Amino acid sequence: MKTLIGFTLLSLAGTALTAQAASTEYQDIEHGRYLSVLGDCAACHTANEEQPLAGGVSLETPFGTLVAPNITPDAETGLGNWTFEDFKGTMTEGIGKGGYHLYPAMPYPAYTLMRDEDLRDLWAYLRTVSPVNHDVEANQLPFPFNIRLAMMGWNWLNFDDRDFQPDPDRPDDINRGAYLVEGLDHCGTCHTPRNFMGGDGDGKFTGAIVDDWLAPNITPDPHKGIGGWSEDELVEYLKTGGNRFDFASGPMADEVRHSSQYWTDDDLHAVARYLLTGAGIDETASSADAPEPLAQSNAQVQAGSKIYFDRCAGCHKTDGSGENGMFPQLAENPLINNDNASSLIRVVLAGSRAVDTDAKPTAPAMPAFGWDLSDDQIANVVTFVRNSWGNAAPTVSAGDVAEMRKALQGE
Amino acid sequence: MVVGLGWAGAIIANGLVDAGLSVVGVERGPWRDTAKDFNIASVTDELRYSQRQELMLRTAQNTITMRNNPSQTALPMRKWGSFHPGNGTGGAGNHWAGITFRFQPEEFHLRSHLEERYGADSIPDELSLQDWGTDWNEMEPHYDAFEKIAGTSGRAANLISGRQAGGNPFEGVRANDYPTPPLKQPYSPTLFADTAREMGYKPFPVPSSLVSQTYTNPLGVTMGPCTFCGFCTNYGCANYSKASAITTVLPALIRKDNFEARTHCEVLRVTTDSDGRRATGIVYVDSAGRQWEQPAEIVVVAAFTFENVRLMLMSGIGEAYDPATRRGTTGRNYAYQTANSVQLFFDDKNFNPFIGAGAVGMGIDEFNNDNFDHSGLGFFGGGSTRVTPIGAAPIQARPTPPGTPRWGSQWKRATVDNYASTMSIGCEASNYSSPNNYLSLDPTYRDRLGRPLLRITFDFTDNDLKMAQYVTGKVVEIAKRMNPRQMIPSPRTGPWDGRPYQSSHVVGGFIMGVDPSTSSVNKYLQVWDVPNLFVVGASAFPQNPGYNPTGTVGALAFKAADAITKHYLRNPGEMIST
Repeated sequence: MKTLIGFTLLSLAGTALTAQAASTEYQDIEHGRYLSVLGDCAACHTANEEQPLAGGVSLETPFGTLVAPNITPDAETGLGNWTFEDFKGTMTEGIGKGGYHLYPAMPYPAYTLMRDEDLRDLWAYLRTVSPVNHDVEANQLPFPFNIRLAMMGWNWLNFDDRDFQPDPDRPDDINRGAYLVEGLDHCGTCHTPRNFMGGDGDGKFTGAIVDDWLAPNITPDPHKGIGGWSEDELVEYLKTGGNRFDFASGPMADEVRHSSQYWTDDDLHAVARYLLTGAGIDETASSADAPEPLAQSNAQVQAGSKIYFDRCAGCHKTDGSGENGMFPQLAENPLINNDNASSLIRVVLAGSRAVDTDAKPTAPAMPAFGWDLSDDQIANVVTFVRNSWGNAAPTVSAGDVAEMRKALQGE
Repeated sequence: MVVGLGWAGAIIANGLVDAGLSVVGVERGPWRDTAKDFNIASVTDELRYSQRQELMLRTAQNTITMRNNPSQTALPMRKWGSFHPGNGTGGAGNHWAGITFRFQPEEFHLRSHLEERYGADSIPDELSLQDWGTDWNEMEPHYDAFEKIAGTSGRAANLISGRQAGGNPFEGVRANDYPTPPLKQPYSPTLFADTAREMGYKPFPVPSSLVSQTYTNPLGVTMGPCTFCGFCTNYGCANYSKASAITTVLPALIRKDNFEARTHCEVLRVTTDSDGRRATGIVYVDSAGRQWEQPAEIVVVAAFTFENVRLMLMSGIGEAYDPATRRGTTGRNYAYQTANSVQLFFDDKNFNPFIGAGAVGMGIDEFNNDNFDHSGLGFFGGGSTRVTPIGAAPIQARPTPPGTPRWGSQWKRATVDNYASTMSIGCEASNYSSPNNYLSLDPTYRDRLGRPLLRITFDFTDNDLKMAQYVTGKVVEIAKRMNPRQMIPSPRTGPWDGRPYQSSHVVGGFIMGVDPSTSSVNKYLQVWDVPNLFVVGASAFPQNPGYNPTGTVGALAFKAADAITKHYLRNPGEMIST
């Protein structure tokens, strides 16, 4: 009998050990690694490719500079002494080990939607990366923004601590898309306008300025948003870095390079369907009617057309149709119709290079024209493009171009 | 270890990397990249690129010395004239024109072919023509591979599936048509082709590695269609239209983990073991002047004709060629190209000559190579006759008739009168190797590192000068029928003058063949007696037909990569026993 009890206890103990070990099995760690790719942790936490996740990327916010911390398991400078509960508190409540408040540059208002099992896998993966001793001073904000306690008030106004609730009326893939877009992928962090406190403002996914780039409107608005893109075109963009309308550049190039080119096809399609159905946004935010373009007799349009045919049409073609895979199509291009022309002005002034991916290694470039086109000329050509071949958008002034030129020269 | 990251080096490096080898590419020039280096808003700068030769090797780093015959003392070339060696990744492929012919099947056994057709003793002693040791069936798949990488535009005439009109009827049979259709033709090639057709010739669009439509090659790299901008030969392409290693291979290759490129590193020599039967690696110098030795299991030298031969001479690979005894192989059978032209001045035409590209045009091949009967003509060879408007850029394009002053108001007026109404028919003809034309180390002049410069001993042979007169006469017949106000025939005449640009098609010096006593590499580009050393490029051509070399350089690179990965790796050693 005694033997039997001993055997039973041993069996139970064995079971318990097995159960615990299961949480760090290969598939959990591998899933955690994939979650880290979905969340693009490296975008902020990897400054040096040789030292993954050891922190150090500076984030310029309207309030000052924040530097992403070291999240490797180094005991001294990373998360080596953290528990899963510490990690979960950070991800879902914005409260770090010991109770300090994070700044929402860390997108915990989105990550709060993550399921517990995903958090566990992500944590399991983070425990496996190489510890790097790299001390990062995260908070480099000026007074009074450097007072972390202020985030309590911010959270009270801007943060909604919630769990993800799948909508039983929607298909599974839309729910999966919602979970990713609203949670780990944190699309709104860039694509939703900020309010004066840096929290989510009105007009979800209608676009915002990030580092002097326009993170464009990703609502299904057919004119200004991505409603004219097919699901496959949106998937192509996220997976390869470009489609016939656009190549990822600026901060989105980093996103594609480190994150979405590695998403599974199922997840890419789930995200595309969720965004294109507009399930996550208030319908009234989209403008149903496209505005009328400026008359071709408009002086700016006239002047701009001459510059376009002289300097742009070689690649983008006289009818704005571009070359799929090389030179973006400008005709009926929603990115061009955004009210805010920042990205357009920026790429004409300073040029831009497409992201390079394994699927599309070419990475063609838009050359800079700021060195030999004046502010007036750029304002005119951009206004022409924004009001030709099915596009319609407000005029751009020489002052807008001058402002961007100044901002870029300061970079 | 791959020396040189132009066409040949990049193609071979990619093949070896895909076979799982760890490959280091060493390049003496900079890393070049379309986005960074060839901005559409600034690349159309004739002074910078054409006059000041920005993309070419700096002669202060390395140049050649030249003389016409062994009795002379050679002098160094301090500014590139006759030819334009490249530099940096992409090599001369960045600034080439893009004309992409395949050599014809007869070329690969030229000596045997001519002896069979014209008699065993028909080839004069002044010509040292040789067979390549390979044949059309072995070459064709590699030409096909190269055209697919480059997106070559054109129209096939002679497909396995049957003949079709509109292509070059003299080409060898092809498995596939060109990857992209022919470019649209400007007015001057169209006028030429119409006239040639009336005379019974069969004009065809010149095969061109300027793609005619957006094209994604098998490595996933995409090119955009040529816009006929007119800044092509001597320029890098800003439109991603001109195929080169940087627009077709390197963007994919540099992503691969087992490839590493070391730029601004100039190779000094290939090292060998004590009995010289095995290459052990290379020694190179970096931009800080430090010397490094890089051991390697396989060494591939793919550094343009001149540097391939010079490295072999400096590394003691093979026996240096001696024209007195005609013994030795390293430096043997250096050959060039025989460039002829006829310029046509019209009163009533507007060719809009600023519309152009290095390889857009129409050609005929009735007077090329052995496409016509040479019985009784007193020469062998011929040329590719064509009109390829490369773009009449403002500094150099001053098509004034003879007798016009070289400066002043009359010169300006003549430029205005003739700029738009002048065209030219070229005939790029063969150059057949000769025992007195060879490459060797210069005894007098040294480079900045104290190493001897490469010396060219070259002149046009009687054979080539007779051929030049003949083919130019044929071009004149076509030109007359086009009814110009005036025409200026310019058949090539001797002696070779290194100052005016003629062609960068320098070939030979480390040639392919079947016999180790008269060739340096076997048909796999493997060096006789040093089986882990491969020397690839136009240096392997035993002579030069009336065609541009790059298509064949690309095909030979694929051939070498194929041989190394499919045969050599399984059984390292001589692939052909002697």
